[in-house]
Amino acid sequence: MSEEHKAETAGRGARKGFNRESIRNVLVVAVSLSLVCSVLVSAAAVILRPLQEQNETLNRKKNVLLVAGLLEPGIDVEQTFEQIETHIVDLSTGEYTDEIDPSGFDMIEAADDPELSVAIPPEEDIAGIGRRARYAEVYVLRDDDGAVEKVILPVYGMGLWSTMYGFIALGPDGSTVQALKFYKQAETPGLGGEVDNPQWLANWPGKRIYDEEGDIRIRVAKGTVGAAGGWTGATARGGAAIFQVDGISGSTLTSRGVTNLLHYWMSDDAYRPYLEKVWKRSVEQAT
Amino acid sequence: MNGEAKKVVLDPLVDNNPITLQILGICSALAVTTSLFPTLLMCLALTSVAAFANMGVSAIRNRIPSNIRIIVQMTIIASLVIIVDETLQAFAFEASRQLSVFVGLIITNCIVLGRAEAFAMKNGVGMSFLDGLGNGLGYSLVLILVATVRELFGAGTLLGVQILPLISEGGWYERNGMMLLPPSAFFIIGMLIWVIRTWKKEQVEEAEYQIHEVHRTEVM
Repeated sequence: MSEEHKAETAGRGARKGFNRESIRNVLVVAVSLSLVCSVLVSAAAVILRPLQEQNETLNRKKNVLLVAGLLEPGIDVEQTFEQIETHIVDLSTGEYTDEIDPSGFDMIEAADDPELSVAIPPEEDIAGIGRRARYAEVYVLRDDDGAVEKVILPVYGMGLWSTMYGFIALGPDGSTVQALKFYKQAETPGLGGEVDNPQWLANWPGKRIYDEEGDIRIRVAKGTVGAAGGWTGATARGGAAIFQVDGISGSTLTSRGVTNLLHYWMSDDAYRPYLEKVWKRSVEQAT
Repeated sequence: MNGEAKKVVLDPLVDNNPITLQILGICSALAVTTSLFPTLLMCLALTSVAAFANMGVSAIRNRIPSNIRIIVQMTIIASLVIIVDETLQAFAFEASRQLSVFVGLIITNCIVLGRAEAFAMKNGVGMSFLDGLGNGLGYSLVLILVATVRELFGAGTLLGVQILPLISEGGWYERNGMMLLPPSAFFIIGMLIWVIRTWKKEQVEEAEYQIHEVHRTEVM
């Protein structure tokens, strides 16, 4: 490339002696552009954070209402949410605790706080979350007589690419699924991303988590399970249909993630002590 | 607005529309047009990104070394897209969830990069801004038309308001499920191109070959 040509490509208004194609200029442009752009992007992220968090909280409440079956178009989310009791459960004992204020508690944030969380031993960490909070916020919906109608528990775990966050609503027996819903995930759109498809989630109500021996049996099957029978209903590989949900086509790993996260959160290490207490209390109340 | 500026903004609406003439940016036109409200947000997002990206590229066009120019353009575009995405998440949460990845995919939208490379690298800041605006509006015009047809005939609603009463709710309109599937956008855009090219004959592309009529004598 001749010197004249270089000067020409440097464009109009270029200073004398300024060479646009020099390595120096390449570095100057690349570094300063990256700096300016990163400042702009981080500024936007920081300034808009509070508003986004507010939206997230509202969305979270909406999802709790949805799982509880209380969300209808046009309702006031904040007001309807008051029907639901929010409690903090100490996961090691399964008892409600007053040590933590529910309004400011977020178990997903708390999982990163060494004081509020415990590490999960790798061999038990089937949900792939590393640490979990020592406390969890649970939502309880009671009927008119004050008996527990359903408990709503936050659950989360790794799918294929992303952590999937959701809620599961269980009946007073602590085992029958009333509803499941994922409110945040970044699985492959159209394949694993279908975990938040309402049609697929409609397969969940009526399924059971534990069998009569107390083993965790719930799982997402590969393929279709067939008509949901009773304890000995139509069976796919490995058990009765009441413990199995149809898999989503083309998303074996996401489906496995759903099974694993439920197995973790329903285990002795997580909600099981609490669920047993819920069940005992409801039996006592009934007799 | 002087004549040239007016031309820069108005030309991409019909005469040089990025979708119907240049057939660019089709992917998002198929994906986000099932209902009107997210479409409007998408149009707003793309138009602002196209306008400001053009402005940014044009402002430093004399300093951009030619061997890293595409990466420089992409950096500017990507930063703007992130800012737009964050803003949508803060102010239009529900719709931003519906648009999901498609706001992020503006980064790869051919219209934005195409205008930055073809126009902003050679023209002044003001003109480049107007060019981005015009092309964004041209894209928006097509998307809004497609979304209006799809939402109206697919769901019987416009912006969520029931216009055609559905049979399932005691009305007379049987909704056309195909309108909610991506292929319908192909049909609608195709028909739109047909209508425009019937009206504006100069947009019809020259045939790549001519059918030669063979006379019997020639064969012999």
